[in-house]
Amino acid sequence: MDWAAIFSLQIVSAIATLVLLSIGLAVVFGMMKIINLAHGEFMMLGGYVAVLATHNLHVPIWISILVLAPLSVGLFGMLVERLLVRHLYGRMVDTMLATWGLSLALTGTATMLFGNTTVGISSPLPGISIGAYQTSGYGLFVIAVAVVVLLGMWALLRFTHFGLCARATMQNAKMAAALGANPGRIYSLTSGLGAALAGLGGAVLAPLTGVIPTLGASYIAKAFITVIGGGSAVITGTLTAASGFGLISQVVTFFSTPVFGEVALLLAAIVLIRVLPQGITGRFFRRAF
Amino acid sequence: MAMNRRAFLRTSAISAAALSTLSLKSFSAFAAEDAINIASLYDNSGGLDIYGKPIVDALTFAVEELNSGGGLLGRPLNLIKYDTQSNMQLYAQYAQQAALKDRAAVVHAGITSASREVVRPVLDRYKTLYFYNNQYEGGVCDRNFFGTGVTPGQTVEKLVSHVTKKWGKKVYIVAADYNYGQIVTAWVKKYVEQAGGQSVGIEFFPLDVTNFGATISKIQEAKPDFVWSALVGGAHMSFYRQWKAAGMTGKLPIASTTFAGGNEHIVLSSEESNGILICQNYVQELATPQNQAFVERFHKRFGADYPYITELAMGAYQGMMLWAEGVRQAGTVERMAVIESLEKGISLELPSGKVSVDPATHHCVLDVHIAEVRDRRLEVIESFAQQGPSDTAAVCNLVKNPRDAKQYSIAL
Repeated sequence: MDWAAIFSLQIVSAIATLVLLSIGLAVVFGMMKIINLAHGEFMMLGGYVAVLATHNLHVPIWISILVLAPLSVGLFGMLVERLLVRHLYGRMVDTMLATWGLSLALTGTATMLFGNTTVGISSPLPGISIGAYQTSGYGLFVIAVAVVVLLGMWALLRFTHFGLCARATMQNAKMAAALGANPGRIYSLTSGLGAALAGLGGAVLAPLTGVIPTLGASYIAKAFITVIGGGSAVITGTLTAASGFGLISQVVTFFSTPVFGEVALLLAAIVLIRVLPQGITGRFFRRAF
Repeated sequence: MAMNRRAFLRTSAISAAALSTLSLKSFSAFAAEDAINIASLYDNSGGLDIYGKPIVDALTFAVEELNSGGGLLGRPLNLIKYDTQSNMQLYAQYAQQAALKDRAAVVHAGITSASREVVRPVLDRYKTLYFYNNQYEGGVCDRNFFGTGVTPGQTVEKLVSHVTKKWGKKVYIVAADYNYGQIVTAWVKKYVEQAGGQSVGIEFFPLDVTNFGATISKIQEAKPDFVWSALVGGAHMSFYRQWKAAGMTGKLPIASTTFAGGNEHIVLSSEESNGILICQNYVQELATPQNQAFVERFHKRFGADYPYITELAMGAYQGMMLWAEGVRQAGTVERMAVIESLEKGISLELPSGKVSVDPATHHCVLDVHIAEVRDRRLEVIESFAQQGPSDTAAVCNLVKNPRDAKQYSIAL
């Protein structure tokens, strides 16, 4: 029984990790059709903000993870949209090249500034016991953040004026503009939102993994797989794909090793894309966000 | 050509700069005229830099000490440092460069066993003397190779018998997934079984794995008496963080052959690392006058706030000093002459104690210490004097078979 509880908790926290990895990318890709290859580096920046603010500026760890990291990476994302991406709307390959270049530049800059060394912060929560087993209290925090992020995104898109305008702009930018929405502003805010979520994800995961300038590369593949697997609906897509992939990889990890867990995740992704080329929400839950 | 120390340092700095920008061959030849070239290939960046940085500092320090004592055979030493960036491909490339372009008299290289097995055949082929100064899984039998680090016969055996008495007989082994982790795991398993125990779980992790949540649950399910870690590199440090985060610290003890080698005990908080047991040839806290004088000199050079002089750093210092003694006794830097003089069983009093070359295996006879991590220090709790490389000696005899050039491994 305890064992089953621990097992389920590990699976849910794997799913939550995938949600946090990919939600920022899903916002930018799903809503703006921009393939942001620098997404992993946005997460890496979030991780560095959290670690450096906590260690060097002695900001309380919760503030650096939950406030400073998303805020600073969000502003950076808006800056990138204004300076780089804005000029390339509608040119998918060009945006890919530009954001790839950006990702290389960010990795290089981080290496120069912080050194190519793993830095980390200790997990701020004590362990919890379930029956005879011990597990990380921080895992519960990761799950909580993922739930709040998904609910928050849903409320934002469903109930706010910005959400309505954003959805309208994504469907038909010219028509939305004719009705009085300002696409430029919407794009800018959406980019900022996507980047902020990436920064948050990177910061929340930093105490688990440590941070190194090349960290983005280890995140980006999983983030893309989840987003593509999920399809165009930002929230439902991310949640369904993360659940499927998280479940598969964690079950396999439990019964073999993390290596086969990763292999299983990639195999599942290949099969999924072959069967559902438009992603899960291209076929099911088509009216969901 | 008369050359004082300052002028020498300046020229070697210029030549190092020229090399690192891959420019102008004539520039490096300028410094190489009279100096003895020595090459070092270590990871000064990337995931393995936690090991590489102290090693390079220790080599630099050794060469500076030798040079300030007048160099070797009246010639200054020129240490050419390559940063292999935790990248195997660069080991092959720089090993060739060190042998063919720099004509290095000796190459000190390699942290992981994977990198050693990249470098070793290259240096064998180009007949360039090779020193590998790290603790490793044992078994390399090659006349062109000298291993100054400890092997499982010297450390794992001691630590296993210590912890099976202290903690119990069931072990769960977590190890890095490459030759070192695989072979050392086999040794741990063998010694635990010899002590009447068993391994209740074994898991291997590629060097970039950072999520150990599932493993920590699996360890609890298997209910071992202790955990043995042969985890390697910056990413694997997450294991100790997540172990603490799960509240396992203090509940299930850890013994390790790799912990502290990369300053894990300095980087991690003391709550994350207290109580871990290790077995090494050297800890900075050794109370001998020889070691205290060394630490003082080292701190004078690199600052009193230097994080920690690791066993790997000391290994590199020892390797350099043994080679230098070999050159002094041979009266030349010529490879075969140096090998033959080292094979006489050269022995030096070094900060870690007496270190002697074992002629039959080209490994070293040295002291080992079991130490406990406590508040970012390594406190010695038991010492064993003058341990020979029993594991390698069981399979390797270079006196009888001088043409051997392979790594023997324990049968699984």
